[in-house]
Amino acid sequence: MTLIEHKPLRAKASRPPYGLFALAAVGVTFLVLPLVGLLVRAPWRSVPSILRRSDVTTALRLSLETATISTAFALVLGVPIAWCLARARFRARSLLRALCTLPLVLPPVAGGIALLLAYGRRGVVGEWLLRAFGVSLPFTTAGVVVAETFVAMPFLIVAVEGALRGLDPRYDSAAASLGASRSFTFRHVTLPMVAPGIAAGAVLCWARALGEFGATITFAGSYPGTTQTMPLQVYLALQDDPQAAIILSLLLLAASVAVLVGLRDRWWSR
Amino acid sequence: MIRRALCVVAASALLAGCASSGSKSATASGDKGAVKGTVVVFAAASLKPTFIELATEFEAAHPGVKVVASFGGSDTLAAQIRQGAPVDVFASANTATIATVVKADDARAPTPFATNSLQIAVARGNPKHIVSLGDVTASGVKLAVCAKAVPCGSAAEKAFAAAGVDAHPVTLEQDVTSVLTKVELGEVDAGLVYRTDVKAAAGKVDGVDFAQASEAVNTYPIAQITTGKNPNAGKEFVGFVLSPDGQSVLRAAGFEPAA
Repeated sequence: MTLIEHKPLRAKASRPPYGLFALAAVGVTFLVLPLVGLLVRAPWRSVPSILRRSDVTTALRLSLETATISTAFALVLGVPIAWCLARARFRARSLLRALCTLPLVLPPVAGGIALLLAYGRRGVVGEWLLRAFGVSLPFTTAGVVVAETFVAMPFLIVAVEGALRGLDPRYDSAAASLGASRSFTFRHVTLPMVAPGIAAGAVLCWARALGEFGATITFAGSYPGTTQTMPLQVYLALQDDPQAAIILSLLLLAASVAVLVGLRDRWWSR
Repeated sequence: MIRRALCVVAASALLAGCASSGSKSATASGDKGAVKGTVVVFAAASLKPTFIELATEFEAAHPGVKVVASFGGSDTLAAQIRQGAPVDVFASANTATIATVVKADDARAPTPFATNSLQIAVARGNPKHIVSLGDVTASGVKLAVCAKAVPCGSAAEKAFAAAGVDAHPVTLEQDVTSVLTKVELGEVDAGLVYRTDVKAAAGKVDGVDFAQASEAVNTYPIAQITTGKNPNAGKEFVGFVLSPDGQSVLRAAGFEPAA
């Protein structure tokens, strides 16, 4: 008697309440509809001609280059930060983590202003850079890389720190007990084991850098060929050439979808 | 409650006063008590300080009315209006931009209300000794101008064409205030902005006149926008900007009268 009553109960419990289903459906529609709008209203016929336009190819090339260089910088600087946050024992660790992930939540335009005040011609460091080396970052492609690295590196740090935390520190201890130096252990034991995490972080970082707008336009300005990346061109095109803006947005959407497909093993299969 | 009632009484008394004096604004407002609520104004970035002052005066003259103003590149604002932004009044920095809104049936016939011309904004004391449009194109001078799609950008292009020089700006900004900010922060040596911007930023930048400025004079039109939710107040605000009171605020800011 009790068994018969239990069975349907268990089946019910494994299914979420209908209210949740309804809300989830509304939520999914809300998220997906804008993308559908982009696809439905896209002037498909003019896609080939717009994609061949030299201003579009220039912006696309600039975006791909700067996002890739930014990701390289983020790897070189961000992996060590992630290691410190995951492994090193020191008091200010939570403070350091908060500081390093600040650009994740900071409005990008505010980030751009902060960058100007630090690395601009009159900035805290920028003034010295100009005097000592004659280097001025704003309005240069290097400035775009600085802005993109600033905004995107935290994505890599968070992903790599997570991977490092999931790694059993006893592997390190085992390597050390066999006489491996700390740097040898890091290069030959730790790094290979968290490589998938680093790859995922790099892809996320690259995608974020590719879409960067606010910090770039504030810090690096907007000039075709030097600092006008795809998102800046989308914004500019929306004013006087909305058709081109839609197609360029589609291009960025395609890049984002490619990133998600690339990450499918990490996110989808679970 | 009592305060609100008093406001209403004061507002209707004021409107009645206007009506009896037979002024232009009264005829524009139509029936008594029609001007109330919130009036949404979109205005070109270069109009910001002036329109904030105009809005304050308008609110003082029309108790119970609140002006909500948004400023930006004229083309950005026009695009928002074409997308259906609920706007009662649009003041653009050139006639071509407002025409796109009129063409989309979103605006009534625009009226020119001011003109403005360009000046070279430089750091205080003019350290690079810029005296002409030719100087800003010299190597070693970092120049910021507006993007071509924005009125200040098309005016800059006209001025450079008139001077017969090739400009090599380091950045094409989305509105004139961004150009001014870059000069104020010292990130560029020179920026092409309106003389009213230089005047509003007095003490932070210096303005340099140049001969070709007269070749690129911008006419500012204002229009009532049909997507707005408060047509009466919108009409009244347009009337106020065109009135002698409104015009004197514009003159004080450095705008010239519309031809």
